[in-house]
Amino acid sequence: MSNDALVKKRYAAERRFKAYGMAAIAITAAFLAFLVTDIVVKALPTFFVHQAVLTVSVDPALVDAANPVAGDYLGLTKKALAEQFPDVTSRGDRKALNGILSAGAADQLQQRVLAEPSLIGKDVTVPVALNSGADLYLKGHASEQVSDKQREWLDALLAKGVITKGFAWNFFLNGDSREPELAGIKGALIGSVLTIIVTLALALPLGVAAALYLEEFAPKNWITDIIEININNLAAVPSIIFGLLGLAVFLNMFGVPRSTALVGGLVLALLVLPTIIIAARAALKSVPPSIKEAALGVGASHQQAVFHHVLPLAIPGILTGTILGVARALGETAPLLMIGMIAFIVDVPAGFTDAATVLPVQVYLWSDLPEAAFRSRTAATIILLLIVLFAFNALAIYLRKRFERRW
Amino acid sequence: MNDMTPKTVFTPAPPRIVKERPAKIAAEDVNVYYGEKHAIRHLSITIPDKAVSAFIGPSGCGKSTFLRCINRMNDTIAGCRVTGHIAVDGHDIHDKALDVVQLRARVGMVFQKPNPFPKSIFENVAYGPRIHGLAKDKTDLERIVVESLKKAGLFEEVKDRMLQPGTGLSGGQQQRLCIARAIAVNPEIILMDEPCSALDPIATARIEELIHELKQNYCIVIVTHSMQQAARVSDMTAFFHLGNLIEVGDTDVMFTSPQVKKTQDYITGRFG
Repeated sequence: MSNDALVKKRYAAERRFKAYGMAAIAITAAFLAFLVTDIVVKALPTFFVHQAVLTVSVDPALVDAANPVAGDYLGLTKKALAEQFPDVTSRGDRKALNGILSAGAADQLQQRVLAEPSLIGKDVTVPVALNSGADLYLKGHASEQVSDKQREWLDALLAKGVITKGFAWNFFLNGDSREPELAGIKGALIGSVLTIIVTLALALPLGVAAALYLEEFAPKNWITDIIEININNLAAVPSIIFGLLGLAVFLNMFGVPRSTALVGGLVLALLVLPTIIIAARAALKSVPPSIKEAALGVGASHQQAVFHHVLPLAIPGILTGTILGVARALGETAPLLMIGMIAFIVDVPAGFTDAATVLPVQVYLWSDLPEAAFRSRTAATIILLLIVLFAFNALAIYLRKRFERRW
Repeated sequence: MNDMTPKTVFTPAPPRIVKERPAKIAAEDVNVYYGEKHAIRHLSITIPDKAVSAFIGPSGCGKSTFLRCINRMNDTIAGCRVTGHIAVDGHDIHDKALDVVQLRARVGMVFQKPNPFPKSIFENVAYGPRIHGLAKDKTDLERIVVESLKKAGLFEEVKDRMLQPGTGLSGGQQQRLCIARAIAVNPEIILMDEPCSALDPIATARIEELIHELKQNYCIVIVTHSMQQAARVSDMTAFFHLGNLIEVGDTDVMFTSPQVKKTQDYITGRFG
């Protein structure tokens, strides 16, 4: 073959390879775009909510001024709704009409009255939460939960201007609930934060200390070799195994309260510890030995050389590894299922020993439920989880750039 | 092994300079092993104070290894074993009562590649005095830093940017900063491991000038690959080959009339 032909062939091979690469990237990007679009489209309904603004007369007969907590606010709300439709009289129709209201329809009314008892006996205009099916119908989604009659009523309310559309603050301010329109992610979000605090507080100092000792101080012999091999192996152990370990050790042996952020954090700390140790050792190893020699050369002790020079230079790498490890812990579901964090928990946890759940487990829980509104809430939770993970990664990149030094 | 070790030859026996100046370092029957490898064999040498001694020889001949024995830097290398007797001012450096950190404060070291800390110029020099508690207060520390930089001939060039990173200096300036850092802890001996191998000729000339000034106050031991450099800066030269100390002598004599053929071959550039 002539030289010219060879050169041509080489260029052709190069072009082909570039084309393969671009095709691979295009396919990946398409999948990603499809996934993100799908999630966002599904999640959007969750972020907006329809409410009926009704004028409720707070009847002193139903709400006792001496004991306003025991008042029948839902009854008042139902009455106010019935006033909008005076021609609906049959028992069955009245019941169906009340069906468009949420179980928590009177929550805002109750809050208003409890905060301001002088309202008893007066007319109050409050937003009233609708049933998730009614809400979905108003958003333009077909829903089998809403009957034809209910649709007519909703259309009528809409025509009268009674229905308002607003941002769904409830989703961010409520704990979990059986009613999709009342279910929020605050519980899971706080649970995730508490769990990650426990994980970080435990895994970061332990991991860095272990890495420092193994890398800088430990004698190199068969014992440290075995420890090193086992740390590497632990990093590859399926996460559910750590859940079983946590169940056996923390719950059954030490009696740590089940389903709490504390035990979740402990288990996740075990999970990320090998990752942090490996990342920290790599960071320590990447510090040029000449820096340590320079310190030893002016008469620094080994420990001074490590703590004054090697560790500070390794910090960006250690932080990056730690944050990526914690981000992984944040997205873990399997080990937490084993230690009871899958329980249905309505209350927002107030401390480390309160029953809690976390974002990925909340996704898992809601994805199992039949209501259409829960499907949307699942997608919205996934978006929130992704945002938190992106934030963690951005923080890792920022810290690396911020502390990076040249030598 | 013993019979393979040639006897060290003096040119002429023993060098003048060792008689003129007090002995600072005395090594006797030193052997260094890296695992199985016998890196230095039965080395004995006396190094004079307030003079420059140069170690020359082809790569891998053990000259840097021996240099690193003098401040026990080899302790930090896993699998490295040193036997024999090395004394600084008559005191064995392997004595259990002697703290290796104290030894390294007395025996400063300048490395082949300039290795300033990734900190400011001031911090680079101040680090040693600070960990050894040499300065009474902040002004005293500043005085030490300025003095050390002056001695290293760097002060005029960096006085306006003391707080800028030491790594931002040129290669030659970085090496002088490393020398200032070594001087700052008030050592008696300065070991230099090919200090100019990463520098251009002008920076090299500057460092050689500096070595010449420093020898008034310090015992300087320099490892070099450059025969010309050894001839220019040193008072005494030691030629190493394959872990053996072949020949030791006054530099002027050694470069004009070496006693051993191997030394002559190396000096004249026939091998190495």
